[in-house]
Amino acid sequence: MTHAIEGWFAVDADGVFLLGTRCAACGTVCFPPRRGFCPNPRCEGEDLKLTRLPRRGRVWSYTNACYPPPAPFVAAQPYEPVTLAAVELDGAGIVVLGQVAGLTVDQLDVGMELELTSGPLADGPLVWMWRRAS
Amino acid sequence: MGVGMHPWGKWGRPFLEYGVAAARAALRDADIAWTDVQYVVGADTIRNGYPGFVAGASYAQALGWTGARIASCYAACASGAQALDIARTRILAGLCDVALVVGADSTPKGFFKPVGGDRPDDPDWLRFRLLGAANPAYFGLYARRRMALYGSTPDDFAAVKVKNARAGSLNPMARYRKPVTAEEVLASPMVADPLRLMDICATSDGGAAVVLASESYARRRGARDLVFLSAVSTVTPTFPNTVLELPNFATDSSAAVPAPERPFRAAIAYAAYEEAGVGPKDLSLAEVYDLSTALELDWMEDIGLCPPGEADKLLRSGETGLGGRVPINPSGGLASFGEAIPAQAIAQLCELTTQLRGRAGPRQVPSPRTALAANQGLFGHGSALITTR
Repeated sequence: MTHAIEGWFAVDADGVFLLGTRCAACGTVCFPPRRGFCPNPRCEGEDLKLTRLPRRGRVWSYTNACYPPPAPFVAAQPYEPVTLAAVELDGAGIVVLGQVAGLTVDQLDVGMELELTSGPLADGPLVWMWRRAS
Repeated sequence: MGVGMHPWGKWGRPFLEYGVAAARAALRDADIAWTDVQYVVGADTIRNGYPGFVAGASYAQALGWTGARIASCYAACASGAQALDIARTRILAGLCDVALVVGADSTPKGFFKPVGGDRPDDPDWLRFRLLGAANPAYFGLYARRRMALYGSTPDDFAAVKVKNARAGSLNPMARYRKPVTAEEVLASPMVADPLRLMDICATSDGGAAVVLASESYARRRGARDLVFLSAVSTVTPTFPNTVLELPNFATDSSAAVPAPERPFRAAIAYAAYEEAGVGPKDLSLAEVYDLSTALELDWMEDIGLCPPGEADKLLRSGETGLGGRVPINPSGGLASFGEAIPAQAIAQLCELTTQLRGRAGPRQVPSPRTALAANQGLFGHGSALITTR
């Protein structure tokens, strides 16, 4: 299935993974994956290794879009509010924003555990999403 | 030396008209002619192609070419502050004596949208495409986080709107002039949970301008009621920036380097305090970017008025309302103005100046000496201004 963006996440038999980079010199993790040099201002690392980021984390915060977001988002018809969660990935010290599949804001709490999945945008291509941790 | 604004609203006219009206008002206020201006800086609007991206030249042409030196600058919502920073720095460097800084916008209806086209290499475009994350989504995240960390409630957020709407009702430049009740805020439609329509600032048309000059020039011209722009801090975040920020998908990682002691928004204010040689206790009033009601509470803590988690209490005590110890957004804030992106940080300086000169009429803060304005734009742009008498 087409991905809405190439190189930011992968889907295989082991599940859905965000693809980030890890600096070989200082260990700084980035999402989305980064080219060139490490964002740590005290690190001169240029060897940024593509890495699968932890699939689970805890909700840093969450919200929703009660009105259809403007283009280039393609809203489903009829529109159902898009739920968004910012999730602090286990052990990576990084918070990643994504749509939430199968949960509304009433079912979310800060600190709740979520895991990565994927789901289609209204016009078809897949994007990473968060769902209730199994 | 002078400040000027075009009233904010939804007028549907070209942004140049608002900017020129504001510029003329500022020149009149400063009692100087356009032909006296040596340097003009325009804060850029986002309009595809000329003339939105080169606002300095657009205003100079509209006012009539004079051969003045010029700059244009874009820093999203912080554009106005950075335009001021450029002009002030040039004056302090001795390269000019008097400068005009202008910002204006006319906004389309609805949410701010990314620049058009198919641009998958632009994070601002991608956040809409992949997530549907308009600006209020980020404000909603901050608000929900605040509720979880500090126990803030939607009632607290509504109380900010009530306070700012009351101040705005006393400001002839404000777009919304009607006081509101907490019940009205809480009954308005949900936009980005937990924020409702009346918690989030609207998009507006408007313009603001200031005339900045060296002290010696101002005195030579016999100017009175001088207000000093004692600091303009324009700082970037310190790595790792661990608060999710517009328009990013993720924070920096704190895996290798611990988060800085002072988060970005607080660093913006403290850099200005350091430059001006004052502190939070010296403030008589402040204008902060209330893009949402909840965000005003965050800013109160970030500018050091109270420790983290105590802004709700300070708000409820009435200390930040008109008549309180340190009024926040006595202009009515973005809650009453709405966003006219390149103009809003300049409008904040207009309010600070008007207050310090004692000309704010029914919303006047008694005998102010020191005032701060704080703003933030996309991608780690942020500035604070400090004015003193």
